[in-house]
Amino acid sequence: MDRGVSDEPLLVVSGLSRRFGGVVALDGVDLSVRAGEVLGIIGPNGSGKSTLVNCISGFVRPTGGSVRFRGRAITHLAPHRVAALGLTRTFQTLRPFHRLPAYQNLVVPLSSPRVRRLEGGRGRGHRGERDAQAIDILEELGFERDSRVPYQVASQLPTGHLKRLELARCIALRPQVILCDEIFSGLSPSEIASLVPLLGKLTEQGIALVMIEHRLRALFQVAGRVMALDRGRKIVEGGPRAVVEHPAVREAYLGLEEVPS
Amino acid sequence: MEGPRRRERIERGIKVRSDSVYALSSLEDLCYLAAPRVLLVAGLLLMPLFLAPLPYWNRVALSACVLAFLALSFDFLANHAGLLCLGGAFLYGVGAYAAALLNAELGLPVALSIPLGTVLGALFCTLAILPCLSLRGIYFALVTLMYPLLMSRLIEATGALGGTEGFRGIDGFGSRWVEEYALIGVLLAATFGLRRFVTEPAGLVIQAVKDDDQAVRAAGISVTWCRTKAVFVASLSGCFAGAYYVHMYQSVGVSAFALDLSILPIAAVVIGGPGTLLGAVLGSLLLVPLGELLRDFGSLRIAAYALILTVVVVLRSEGLLPFFARKYHQLERWTEV
Amino acid sequence: MEVLIYGSVQSASLFIMACGFSLVYGITRLPNFAHGALYVFSGYAAWVFLQRLGLPYPLAALLALAAAAALGVAIYQLVLRRIRGMEMSEVIATYAVGLVILEGLRWAGVRGTTHSLPVFADGNVTVLGVPIDYQRIAIVVVALALLGLLSAFTHFSRAGRALRAVAQDERAAMMLGIDPDRTATVAVALGSVLAGAGALVLLPLGSIVVQEGYKVLIYAIAVCVVGGLGSWTGTVLASLVLGFAQYVTAFYGKAHYQMVVMLAAIVLTLLVRPSGFLGRQKELEERV
Repeated sequence: MDRGVSDEPLLVVSGLSRRFGGVVALDGVDLSVRAGEVLGIIGPNGSGKSTLVNCISGFVRPTGGSVRFRGRAITHLAPHRVAALGLTRTFQTLRPFHRLPAYQNLVVPLSSPRVRRLEGGRGRGHRGERDAQAIDILEELGFERDSRVPYQVASQLPTGHLKRLELARCIALRPQVILCDEIFSGLSPSEIASLVPLLGKLTEQGIALVMIEHRLRALFQVAGRVMALDRGRKIVEGGPRAVVEHPAVREAYLGLEEVPS
Repeated sequence: MEGPRRRERIERGIKVRSDSVYALSSLEDLCYLAAPRVLLVAGLLLMPLFLAPLPYWNRVALSACVLAFLALSFDFLANHAGLLCLGGAFLYGVGAYAAALLNAELGLPVALSIPLGTVLGALFCTLAILPCLSLRGIYFALVTLMYPLLMSRLIEATGALGGTEGFRGIDGFGSRWVEEYALIGVLLAATFGLRRFVTEPAGLVIQAVKDDDQAVRAAGISVTWCRTKAVFVASLSGCFAGAYYVHMYQSVGVSAFALDLSILPIAAVVIGGPGTLLGAVLGSLLLVPLGELLRDFGSLRIAAYALILTVVVVLRSEGLLPFFARKYHQLERWTEV
Repeated sequence: MEVLIYGSVQSASLFIMACGFSLVYGITRLPNFAHGALYVFSGYAAWVFLQRLGLPYPLAALLALAAAAALGVAIYQLVLRRIRGMEMSEVIATYAVGLVILEGLRWAGVRGTTHSLPVFADGNVTVLGVPIDYQRIAIVVVALALLGLLSAFTHFSRAGRALRAVAQDERAAMMLGIDPDRTATVAVALGSVLAGAGALVLLPLGSIVVQEGYKVLIYAIAVCVVGGLGSWTGTVLASLVLGFAQYVTAFYGKAHYQMVVMLAAIVLTLLVRPSGFLGRQKELEERV
């Protein structure tokens, strides 16, 4: 699924580290992604996957290492500035704007300085314009235009819809990189099946995806390259099959030294 | 045989019919939609005429309108922006002193001192509250509670700005009708303006900050800047109240930072219906006359406001406006389960 | 030398005022804005028992403390229990309840110098060359006693340990069979008793006026915020720092400025280090 790959890496993370008191959550992690590429990140619980996303997106300050996005150092930038540059993320614990209807959830990113800038600063988009844009994006994500669903208050939507809403919020920002934090978790197989082609469309547009996942089968449908973390360190990186069959990864997940026959 | 029954609420037929754009073609539907708003606007506009023969109550009604601005600012900040400001008196007092100084010291006419006092006061308040914006809910509430106390104690201690007594020599409005209708006009504009603002993209973002500020940051928007905008808007409303007031009573003193002015807006909003903005106005129009009836009882007035407030908060009531809106839009009936 | 002695007295007073508030918040995370009201109420109750009913002082004192505890529990059961967890409502509700009590008392006539409580013992003594009255010495003694008692209670007794458990992690405590509701009731009752004890010891220095209630609330909040909500060491240290700051202000400047100092301390602390200088809650850490 790595169509539209170009040469320069969009996102380069070098030696990223983060300590919380005595706990080392991240220990010198490197990664890089190019436009249109999908990088999967796997690892057992506590391996530092979420911390990695938080550090890259600016929600947590790393204690060491650097993050460069499109050649620019963003290591200590505030989260809203990182997002404004085009690096967005989803949240593992879904965070919709629960009082607002689904489509108004999208009006928020659509009103951000980044989108206004990308539209050429043609005046501040007023209510009707933003509403229409929001409905369009929701339709791309499978929210039927003529149904009540886009108008339903977010707190009343089921998980599957909320996951897609989370992704929609990222897309509305016209990002170049999306960090997906366990986006397949809690979805049924059919919901995953409808999400996969959508992710493919995003990569075709040149958007790079970094996907933290536990649902390995689903991940392998999308990711061209996979990286495994254990206790804050990268242990293996490579093609999906190769990584999953690597003994170090098996040991990390299962604590076994030998592959059981 | 009667089976188990339950109460059901369904929308009235006319509400469902008038919900769509076809309402424009039916006079009946238009009347249904417009009636509450027309009632409110007409009521406020006719109020000075009705109360003309009762000057005391006329004054009370005007006070209620002035305080409605404070209630609006509290409602907007607390229920739309998620900032619990327990020191409404701070906004009021700053606006009051700003307008008073512009008028009495710099000699600006009333038509200038009120708007300028409002804007300059709002700038001052926003700057003062700015450092507190990163604080979590309860801490923000604490600091804002302290601000009016700090101001009044400072003024008393230093004797500046006339000290405890304050100063006089502030112009009035000249014409009674101007005084009343300018106030009501601005109140209607502010109320409906704010209601409109919260549905505009900028207002939606402010509401989103209340729901989830981290998600707003992830959407590339600076939460601090949003909150600053919200505080500025609320300060405009609060400072206007103070600025108008000093010209109505032609004096200003430390009482502009009094406790009443912090507690009354909260009570008005909670009773009128939190988050509706109109409820804030309604609550003020109810509580201020009520307070006047208790004027003879001195500090019992504050106790009464606080008691009503407590009861309403504890009972987690929805507020008067949502209650009436529900009755208007829905009917209840018993149905078989 | 005078500064040392009287500064200590002021610090002790602050500690006494603050410990009730700190205890309740530390255990239940409930900011009891009715603290000042409980303080004045206890003083008034003691006065009523003493002057109106003519009871002997020890009995009147005990009854006043009991009345304070009862009122605290009533506030919790009737008001706070229903809105626990809704932070903004808790603040508004306790603040409003405090107002009801205080303004109600003001309307009932608690103003001016008409009411006052007697001191423990009349007379002066000279300590380190500084004349000081027995009441002020009593204040320091009481403060130290309270500190000792509270430390011992929370560290060594079973109920105290339960309170600490709830303070650390309410859910885990529940799973161990500790009822957070009962714990909260006990905590509020204790906090009220502490407020009452404070009233009995501090009010004799002046008279029972409703203004004292607001003053005590602000001072208690100041001490707890500066020291860090939920930290005993912080409360003690903050009492010392602010107590001396207050005394020095009154000594060299105007007494009016004492309140300004406290308010400014609250504002400054919240701006610079919101969790207090020794606070254990790092609530500004990103909770993603």
